[in-house]
Amino acid sequence: MSQTPLPTPSHTVGPFYGYALPFPEGERIAPKGHPGQIVLHGRVYDGEGAPVPDAILEFWQAAPDGSLTGAPGSMRRDPVTGGHLGRNGTDFTGFGRVATDADGHYALHTLPPGNAGLPYISVCVFARGLLHHLFTRAYLRDGSDALLDSLPAARRATLVARPDENAAPRTYRFDIRLQGEDETVFLEFT
Amino acid sequence: MALTQSDIDTEIDDLQTAYDKELAAGASARSHPARDYAPYRSSLLRHPHQPLVAVNGGDPETVELSGPVFGPTDITDIDNDLTRQHPGEPLGERITVSGRLLDRAGRPVRGQLVELWQANASGRYAHLRDQHPAPLDPNFTGVGRTLTDDEGRYTFTTIKPGAYPWRNHTNAWRPAHLHFSLFGTAFAQRLVTQMYFPNDPLFAYDPILRSVTDRAARERLVATYRHELSQPEFSLGYEWDIVLDGPSATWIEEGR
Repeated sequence: MSQTPLPTPSHTVGPFYGYALPFPEGERIAPKGHPGQIVLHGRVYDGEGAPVPDAILEFWQAAPDGSLTGAPGSMRRDPVTGGHLGRNGTDFTGFGRVATDADGHYALHTLPPGNAGLPYISVCVFARGLLHHLFTRAYLRDGSDALLDSLPAARRATLVARPDENAAPRTYRFDIRLQGEDETVFLEFT
Repeated sequence: MALTQSDIDTEIDDLQTAYDKELAAGASARSHPARDYAPYRSSLLRHPHQPLVAVNGGDPETVELSGPVFGPTDITDIDNDLTRQHPGEPLGERITVSGRLLDRAGRPVRGQLVELWQANASGRYAHLRDQHPAPLDPNFTGVGRTLTDDEGRYTFTTIKPGAYPWRNHTNAWRPAHLHFSLFGTAFAQRLVTQMYFPNDPLFAYDPILRSVTDRAARERLVATYRHELSQPEFSLGYEWDIVLDGPSATWIEEGR
């Protein structure tokens, strides 16, 4: 038995990932034109309530049928031009990646997750200033759940996306507050 | 008044001393940096004040114990050669960087996406907001991708990036580094990190590298020069293995 290796330390994604990590249709996990599409959107805020314009969010979730196997093809490449082809328009890959805009806003277009228990989308936050990414969850409704039930009401509310009545149907608002009052609950997996 | 390198050095030294004392008193080593590492000023308003909430990874229904899947459609043949993405040759010292992606049990992580991005040989990113007055290189963008092979190995051909200034404090310079983004078999193993080059005189001054207060962990961010990886008449070789952290349930399980 070889010696157990020690982990490689995490470092910040920095401010200058924009030409490397985002990819066309990174925000569109739902196949094109799918009638069941939902939108999850919101802003990322820092400890002074200022929007964070240099964050990048990743999303991972179960398919509507509950499967957690994912599918390749989130960031398909064009072998002729070397550029991005985008998703193939039919497969549900389960993975999304969205950079926040100048106003700290993101929007993810996806299908409702069909995981066992309360439906949720796993979110991973990277940003300049974050030396280690932060995991959180966007639950699409409130209810009984081991994690939610372990939290006081105010903290629990930070994990539950709200139907956005000012927007189109099936649009959910999920803001992420990195610090301070109403700070989002961030997770570690043990 | 803007902070000087000497102000930052004092903060870095104080935090290093505090960590060394903890370690001497029997605390376990910390591989990852603290999120509230004050010498890196951008961390101040962006680290949570509340402790992270532990999620027991033993439940197979935990979504984060599975992960995104990538395949041959997500890369093209030359994505791992950053010197071939433009009609001309990029300026700078050509390098070959190779290593293995492993999990905490030392097993290779196969078929997973490795993303690399970096500044050019002059220390400038192909990013509009990087206004460091060093030349852009029309033959170098600085983005690479590859999938790990059956042994968990990745290989990139690129050029050595330059050091560059940033605005953390007056006269702040980052050592040359490559940015890496890695996926494991679980979303909870996700890692974004940076690789450094051996013997860089800027190591001691950099609050980002020094945020890893464990000396052995810091050394794990530095690649090793390997002459056998150097390509004759072409490039200098560096080896850098990457070990993904993550919940125990993803690595004690057999047969994955």
